[in-house]
Amino acid sequence: MPWTKIQADDSRGRVRFGGGERPERELSYREAIREALSQAIETDDRVFLIGEGIDDPGGVFGTTAGLRERFGAGRVMDSPIAENGMTGVAIGAAMTGMRPVFIHMRVDFLPMCMDQIINHAAKWSYMTGGRVKVPLTIRAVIGRGWGSAAQHSQSLQALFAHIPGLKVVMPASPYDAKGLLLGSIAGDGPTVVIEHRWLYDQKEGVPEGPYVIHAGKGAIRREGTDVTIAATSYMVYEALRAASELEGEGISAEVVDIRSVQPLDEGLIVGSVKKTGRLIVADTGWKVCGVSAEVAAVASEYAHDALKAPVKRICLPAAPTPASVSLEKAYYPGIEAIVRAAKGMV
Amino acid sequence: MPETTIESCEVKRLEILSENGDADESLAPKFTDSQIRELYETLVRMRTFDGRALNLQREGRIGTYASILGQEAAQLGTAYALEKRDWIFPSFRENGVFVARGYEMYMILQYWGGDERGIKVPEDINMFPISIPVGTHMLHAVGAAMAAKYKEDKTVTLTYFGDGGTSEGDFHEAMNFAGVFQAPVVFICENNQWAISVPRARQTAAMTIAQKAFAYGFEGIQVDGNDIFAVYKATKSAVDKARSGGGPTLIECHTYRMSDHTTADDASRYRTKEEVEAWKEKDPILRLKRYMEKKGLWADSYGKQVDEDAKALVDEAVKKAEAVEKPKPQDMLVYTYKELTPRQKKQMGDF
Ligand SMILES: Cc1ncc(C[n+]2csc(CCOP(=O)(O)OP(=O)(O)O)c2C)c(N)n1
Repeated sequence: MPWTKIQADDSRGRVRFGGGERPERELSYREAIREALSQAIETDDRVFLIGEGIDDPGGVFGTTAGLRERFGAGRVMDSPIAENGMTGVAIGAAMTGMRPVFIHMRVDFLPMCMDQIINHAAKWSYMTGGRVKVPLTIRAVIGRGWGSAAQHSQSLQALFAHIPGLKVVMPASPYDAKGLLLGSIAGDGPTVVIEHRWLYDQKEGVPEGPYVIHAGKGAIRREGTDVTIAATSYMVYEALRAASELEGEGISAEVVDIRSVQPLDEGLIVGSVKKTGRLIVADTGWKVCGVSAEVAAVASEYAHDALKAPVKRICLPAAPTPASVSLEKAYYPGIEAIVRAAKGMV
Repeated sequence: MPETTIESCEVKRLEILSENGDADESLAPKFTDSQIRELYETLVRMRTFDGRALNLQREGRIGTYASILGQEAAQLGTAYALEKRDWIFPSFRENGVFVARGYEMYMILQYWGGDERGIKVPEDINMFPISIPVGTHMLHAVGAAMAAKYKEDKTVTLTYFGDGGTSEGDFHEAMNFAGVFQAPVVFICENNQWAISVPRARQTAAMTIAQKAFAYGFEGIQVDGNDIFAVYKATKSAVDKARSGGGPTLIECHTYRMSDHTTADDASRYRTKEEVEAWKEKDPILRLKRYMEKKGLWADSYGKQVDEDAKALVDEAVKKAEAVEKPKPQDMLVYTYKELTPRQKKQMGDF
């Protein structure tokens, strides 16, 4: 695939999200992912998909539905239940020129692959002076709800973002889901693409042709002047809702979609904080040593003089995910927490 | 120098109780009549519990649930061969084993209803909680068995997993450790032919799961998993062997998952009605009932009574599960560390 010729016009990400004019046909987040996968398979023979039950009629939340029928079992491989093995096999194929997409239903089972991901995928380019590349895409799904609980519902982006050599992206919109996935497949190194289960039905205009968005770019989803809310994945929606509510209270919030956790778009975040003077970070993961800590540190390092209030973080408490519905309510912060934080700062 | 065969392995399959209820008496375990009744009554209780859990899920009263339908004999026949002091490391599908071990049914419902206090195993039941990551707990079972051997206590550890679980590296590492250290552990594979939508043939190119034991230096056997006599007999002899220092055994219970993978699945999308129908005749409970009829241990009034008793027990469990007070948000911080971290102390105040 002529990957370099399909670079996305990044300004699109700015305006299309959550409203605005939509000249293109609409796709859901799941359809956008499926389209990205089929276009990658169609246009680049090095691409193949591997995962447990990816040919299941349900098709990993619909994102792989019908692909096996269309492209055959050689390109869409259902795998034995062996996450670590699958990662190693995918790395081996990637090192010899293939572009595997390893799909897992839940990020919770990636800890079983950590040696392969951290000691191999992330290291080979460095250790061989760039000679060996591992163009591996790992799709993993985070989520919440229906009692999925401690071993089944975690949000582990920070684990991966910590490792030099790995890229970590968290698309919040269908447009980004397609572009970031294609960008990851087009890239030369390993990328973990973290999707959120609650976003699969989200819809927006998505261009029909292939386009890539490379890791490393955030996007402003709403402009504002009083406070910056930098958010990941599903929390972008909570941030946008909070921003609308804050508007009613006379507070103008700017919403930054972090989009890429590693590399982080430091310039975008710092620029926004310099403009608003206040920062709230809303992440789907834990607060302690989480993505929010990194973002807050960036603001403190590079926008310290602009800060008019201490940074606030809206993340998960220091406890494993509870199963009970009543506990989940307390566990997951949302609009109210963001609104409260903003009001306390301005 | 000639090429010689230096080792060969034979894979055995044990069947004792036929579909129409005839038992090979030369192989059948020596159960008393009251034991046979106990087995039947427990099987019915397991199935009644399972059916009710499925209904509760449909009514939105519990969360996602993994049914044991069709696997009752594999679960009871194995658990029944253990002593109270022996330890069990279950996978997520061993609801029947919990019932068989006398675990409060209301607590199992509480667990599947999304309240982890339901899996706070009482002190007097030697069972570990369910693990969600497939296959990972077999290593724990081996570690526990190695610990028992070290402590010279004569307990045996038994662990359950599915055919899909045998694809995990952890399974192979667990088997290897067990062989090398001659750990007193019994591996029970409930080969129910499916791992969600993936058929057994996509997990291994080997003809049986049982034969995998040979490569790790110990015995493996396949049993008809719907035949409670065969399951029990194989397990009992493996447990006795382990207890007397003979090391591990792998038992493949050849059975079938009659229900969907979980309530979040719809198996009709990927397997045929005919396949499921063919297994109905092999039903483990029906088979024992036929045996009891032939042995003069059956009366319709007895069958009716067993059904009613099971229903009453499950009714009571549902009532009790639904009366349990909801957990408090503070609870989720309490058990993460022995003492709250400074951060957790602050967060306590936020709830
Ligand atoms: C490590 C891991 N990978 C994937 C999953 C998702 N998953 C849950 S159950 C299951 C199939 C398990 O099949 P099997 O081991 O045969 O047990 P069965 O469900 O048939 O009892 C899979 C893939 C998981 N829970 N854990």
